[in-house]
Amino acid sequence: MYDVIIIGGGVVGASALREAVSYGMKALLLEADDDVATGTSRANSGIIHAGYDAKPNSLKAKFNVRGNALCYELAGELGIDAKRIGSLVVSTKEGLKGLEDLEKRGKENGVDVKIIRREEILRIEKNVADDIEYALYAKDGGIISPYKFTIALADNAVINGGEVILESKVVKIDNNGGKFTVYTENGKSYETKIVVNSAGGHANDINAMLGDEIYDTEFRRGDYFVLDTKEAKNISTVLFPLPDERGKGVLVAPTVDGNVIYGPTSIKVESIEDTGVTGEGLDIIRASVTKSYKCPNYRNVIRVYAGVRSIVGGDFVIKWSDKVDNYFILAGICSPGLTSAPAIGEYVAKEIADRLGKKEKKKLIPNKRTKHFASMSVDELNELVKEDPRWCKIVCRCEKVSEKEIVEAINSPVKATSVDAVKRRARAGMGRCGGGFCAPDVMEIIARELDIPLTAVKKGGKNSNIAVSYVKEDGIDV
Amino acid sequence: MYNYDVIVIGGGSAGMSAALEARKNGAEKVAILERDSRLGGILNQCIHNGFGLHYFKEELTGPEYANKFVKLVDESDIDVYLDTLVTSMTKDKKIVAVNPVDGVMNMTAKAVVLAMGCRERTAGAIAMPGSRPAGIYTAGMAQRLANIDGYLVGKKVVILGSGDIGLIMARRMTFEGAKVLAVLELMPYSSGLKRNIVQCLEDYNIPLYYSHTVTRAKGKNRLEGIYYAPVDENRRPILEQEKYIECDTLLLSVGLIPANDMALALGVETDPVTGSMAVDERRETSIEGIFASGNVLHVHDLVDNVSEESAIAGRYAGEYSKGVRENGRPYSVKASSGVRYALPQKVYSGEGKVKIFFRVGNIYKNAKLVVKSGDNVIFTKKYMILSPGEMEYVLLDKSSLSGDVSIALEV
Repeated sequence: MYDVIIIGGGVVGASALREAVSYGMKALLLEADDDVATGTSRANSGIIHAGYDAKPNSLKAKFNVRGNALCYELAGELGIDAKRIGSLVVSTKEGLKGLEDLEKRGKENGVDVKIIRREEILRIEKNVADDIEYALYAKDGGIISPYKFTIALADNAVINGGEVILESKVVKIDNNGGKFTVYTENGKSYETKIVVNSAGGHANDINAMLGDEIYDTEFRRGDYFVLDTKEAKNISTVLFPLPDERGKGVLVAPTVDGNVIYGPTSIKVESIEDTGVTGEGLDIIRASVTKSYKCPNYRNVIRVYAGVRSIVGGDFVIKWSDKVDNYFILAGICSPGLTSAPAIGEYVAKEIADRLGKKEKKKLIPNKRTKHFASMSVDELNELVKEDPRWCKIVCRCEKVSEKEIVEAINSPVKATSVDAVKRRARAGMGRCGGGFCAPDVMEIIARELDIPLTAVKKGGKNSNIAVSYVKEDGIDV
Repeated sequence: MYNYDVIVIGGGSAGMSAALEARKNGAEKVAILERDSRLGGILNQCIHNGFGLHYFKEELTGPEYANKFVKLVDESDIDVYLDTLVTSMTKDKKIVAVNPVDGVMNMTAKAVVLAMGCRERTAGAIAMPGSRPAGIYTAGMAQRLANIDGYLVGKKVVILGSGDIGLIMARRMTFEGAKVLAVLELMPYSSGLKRNIVQCLEDYNIPLYYSHTVTRAKGKNRLEGIYYAPVDENRRPILEQEKYIECDTLLLSVGLIPANDMALALGVETDPVTGSMAVDERRETSIEGIFASGNVLHVHDLVDNVSEESAIAGRYAGEYSKGVRENGRPYSVKASSGVRYALPQKVYSGEGKVKIFFRVGNIYKNAKLVVKSGDNVIFTKKYMILSPGEMEYVLLDKSSLSGDVSIALEV
């Protein structure tokens, strides 16, 4: 019997699991897909928001501000990068009023913000558009990799005794008063005292299983361009336009891994699965970026992607169910959900711990920081290659990822079993060739490490096998 | 320990040819640094025939063509480093390279030949709309899986782009048991060779739709189909005419990009059209002693031309490493009026002949090519047809050069 089962391996679920583990709970996270961070947590802006945007006294404001501090604090323990590069909301002369409103809100939320003029803006970001006169500067704005953050939280939970079971879509939950039985699609079942719904865009599905409220949910897609690392020299901070009713607008920002992103849009879609980029969406970005940024360069685009966020009313839903005892609901965790996630996890775990009468929080063993060929010194590399020659066998030439890193990614606490899962951890295939050169090599390494045939290696997700058969199986004679 | 006269980066057709010629022309210590675990580069996965007709006067498959050079390299005293990736290079030719056997190697060279080839443009780079499920690959990746590893990536295939690899893969996938439903080409013409359109598509009744593109891919984890539409004169899809094809695979052959990132980072002069290094007739870049040849410079249709060009780069790199250097008067070479680019971008006065490769920007019928040096017309030729898919060349007498060279079309 588990103390708690968390349904959904996004950043919020992973954070809740890790926090639950720190209270010594027997905790399990069930994820429908073959990796954590495959939904909204995979495809968003990767921004650590300072917290000026949320309405004062809202859950968004509360968790954003606390989460902002925790993101930077946790990054070290989790062995990942979080970079406090500051953020600018920029405007022309006409937008000053909007900035002042934001500044006021930021101050109410307890965020360090100030309005600065062009001269000072240029010292922070030289490539703002020519007609930008004012900006709201938040020094605590920053960037983080949303999927690496999620993976690192889940990994850390696992090495501290938590459990993550992948490919376990929850299909039914029996509530036997004081005990839940959670059934998964693959025919397994798990018993638990408490259930946490962190199923993101599928939150209503879980609510439905327990006869709870179905939230009126709006799904919005955000499209993005990803630029080659060559573009990183052109942008040093997070650049936002003035926000409007649709959201925070199209931003330009570096990523922690050295790329640059332009996006997102905010386009209403039917479901959480509608993650296909559209030409219309990309056109919106093209038209918007130039308003804040002087030198967009679409020749260096290496990828486009889109993510869908779910919105329930104006705020996050973070609460014990009104209808079902011992059932905790997290829904509508849209922006600033990534930044808020560590604070939400902390809060949820505390609530559960109180209910279970667990008071003491233990110090967790930190993650080992993964070594990367690309950022190693020659001396370090010379030492490592003696232990394992695979450190100097480069598989991904664009991002300079060694075979050793790929093997380590596959065998990480939450195992990477697909090409995309390896890509998210080790960056093989993240570069300008899009994995055209290295994907077959990565596939071979996965097949070897997991002892499966190459035809069983997936890109990511059910039925996503890349090599579907041997050649000539139905071939013609020539 | 790793000090060489000439280091060649890349052990494909360009690198091997350059290394052999460098060795013949003065360089005593020559090394090839190759990323893969064997020499031959992309030829190893090009198991179709049609290679070598010009260079060896016989028809060979890619691996056969490569092996002719591999044998010569094996017989020579050229040092070959396999599984080796260059991680950095400086203008004064200090190279850091790594492999699992030697670890980190600090190397020096008197001359360097860049022969890293090219990479394929991806669905991401062309910002193709739609989801990104399994089933969308570059044609070259599908070729590698089929021809090297023996696996098929899908059974119902659409190909976007009619570059040569796309055409070759249309035929290959058909042979190996897949059904190729269509080839879509954004432009009103193909960038592939005419012979490949005939031998790879027409012979197998595979339709080729010009001025069409993919408007969106459909499918969450596995490709279910693609939407496609004709494009207007600005190459924007006409969405009212969008259609759907059910397929499990979309292969992309939408252009090749020289893998020159490391060279560009050195600040070498570039040609805005090829997007790669500008070179003189010796294939020397704007950085003295750094040469380049093959697809890292501009994308060739035929490996035969790669070998020929790389022999030039190798020869002069070899001579440079021994301090041999004869300069005539330099003249720039400029493409204009219908000619998209010309290479080399600089020639010298002197004796003998110099070959200038060029590519046109559209299909031209009954066009006249006019080459001027200064104000003098030094060469003209009439063409029945010129197409962007076929690289052409002119052979100029160096003694006729008296000023900067311009290559233009009169239609």
